[in-house]
Amino acid sequence: MGSPVVESKTGAKANLEVFSATLQELAEQDRDIIAVTSDSRGSGKLVPFGKKYPKQIVEIGIAEQNLVGVAAGLASAGKKTFAVSPACFLTARALEQIKNDVAYSDNPVKLIGISAGVSYGALGSTHHSLHDFAALRAINNLVVVAPADNFETEEAIKQAAASKQPMYLRFGKKNMPLLTEDPNNTFEFGKGRIILKGKDLAFIATGETVQPALEAAEKLKDEYNIEATVISMHTIKPLDTQLLQQIAEETEAIITVEEHSVYGGLGEACASYLLEHGYNKRFKIVGIPDEYTVTGSQTEIFNHYGISKDGLATIAINLLRKER
Amino acid sequence: MTEKELAQKSNQYRQRILKYIVGANAGHTGGSLSCIDILNVLYNQVLNVSPQNFTSPDRDRYIQSKGHCVEALFVVLADKGFFPEEDLNTLCRYKSHYIGHPTRKVHGVEQNTGALGHGLPISVGTALAAKMDEKDYRVFTLLGDGELPEGSNWEAALTAAHYGLDNLCAIIDKNSLQITGPTSDVCNTDPIDEKFASFGWAVKHVDGHDLQALKDSFASLPLEKGKPSVIIAHTVKGKGISFMENQLSWHHGVPSQEQYQLAIEELNQAII
Ligand SMILES: [Mg+2]
Repeated sequence: MGSPVVESKTGAKANLEVFSATLQELAEQDRDIIAVTSDSRGSGKLVPFGKKYPKQIVEIGIAEQNLVGVAAGLASAGKKTFAVSPACFLTARALEQIKNDVAYSDNPVKLIGISAGVSYGALGSTHHSLHDFAALRAINNLVVVAPADNFETEEAIKQAAASKQPMYLRFGKKNMPLLTEDPNNTFEFGKGRIILKGKDLAFIATGETVQPALEAAEKLKDEYNIEATVISMHTIKPLDTQLLQQIAEETEAIITVEEHSVYGGLGEACASYLLEHGYNKRFKIVGIPDEYTVTGSQTEIFNHYGISKDGLATIAINLLRKER
Repeated sequence: MTEKELAQKSNQYRQRILKYIVGANAGHTGGSLSCIDILNVLYNQVLNVSPQNFTSPDRDRYIQSKGHCVEALFVVLADKGFFPEEDLNTLCRYKSHYIGHPTRKVHGVEQNTGALGHGLPISVGTALAAKMDEKDYRVFTLLGDGELPEGSNWEAALTAAHYGLDNLCAIIDKNSLQITGPTSDVCNTDPIDEKFASFGWAVKHVDGHDLQALKDSFASLPLEKGKPSVIIAHTVKGKGISFMENQLSWHHGVPSQEQYQLAIEELNQAII
């Protein structure tokens, strides 16, 4: 079951679909745009791309290490290379190729982790990627991004294509409504987006968890007169520490939210910065605890662990009540 | 370059490999000596690579998968003028760019390697880009025989054949030894020719120390139109220094001053 907001807004698409449409648009103008797939063009929504631009798609077959190595070679020769594979396989099986062939050799591959986090819900832990932020944050020369909505996804793909920086971008396949329609609220790697401003606490969320954070903020305002800031921290690395510092100056309590293990992701990145810079805030990391997740769809898993309108509102109230 | 001059290059390169390994007190002596004749022929007879054209998209590519034998690559790159040879006095020293594996911080190095099983997939991608762009450059990658059990090699071997990359040439430095012992004891990969052939590659055996035979092999590329080529170079680990040849202890053994002098003497005598 999707959240009510998702269903009430029309035109929301999966970020995955926006990715493939954007890549196709780019490929039309630039024959150096290449998609590399590991039998993943179907799950990557790249079947139309492959039909329209058969010379700009490279099928590797199910071999993720080779997918990333070949992508590095293509990128080294000037191809604007998008290596597209389920996030779970891409960032675990091919981790050494990401570390050496992409990041260390500085080959500007865009690694696209599809169906990230628990998008594959009931398929189980083999298909979940709850380690990718942690693993990739510790690798030098790699930008790590989880766009939240269709706008962020389109911008991220366009800006990634124009960049020489090795990057990892991950998203899911659920329809994501726009977080804001404000045309002045732009997207830039490494700059978090302020979606909502409030004085009492802040949600710093990333990827598909920004939407439930925004819903929770609306509920807190309507039912408890608590005003929350909501940040889409789409770039996990490099972290927008300037914005983080600003949030820490302005609010008493910070809740981070991510579709990732509570270890090593956005939450711990924020926590280490805050502690090192003398901010002793009320602080809570919301994510997937260190366990094999409960069985269910992505939404059910989110609800189970409190990554939902009601769950996050409750976590916020409890955090504000907590003795310092 | 005459046959004799080419042979003298190999001899000089061997002397320099030993000199800088002794200076650094570290290095992969046996493997550098087994692959140096291959690098000599590649850089002096085959590749259209120079310091002047190194940023050209049309240059040939050489990617050394067996990155640990970096001393062989560095002495050849220095000789080709990519950097002053005396830079190698800093090999493996604090803050030096000249580390124990190829790094792009050193002019002339294409890719950062060192973890095994990486050179072939990158080379496949680079060769594929040449095909896409209808460019004539070729891609050469040198693999050790000890790294062949890495599965990524075989993934890439499939892709190379699938896309008919006849602009790609893998060279196997088949010195038949690796750090633990004979490759046939550690993880037998023979018959390696049949394995590559069954993966859709064109295969050629060569004496990896016969400079003329190496030249002829590279001149016959692609071995077969529409197929990637693999040249299986039969080599001797520690080649050229009698007390190092086929001795496992020289995998990353560093010569003492006395051993170094003996080795240089032997090489000097070999010139005459
Ligand atoms: Mg060997």
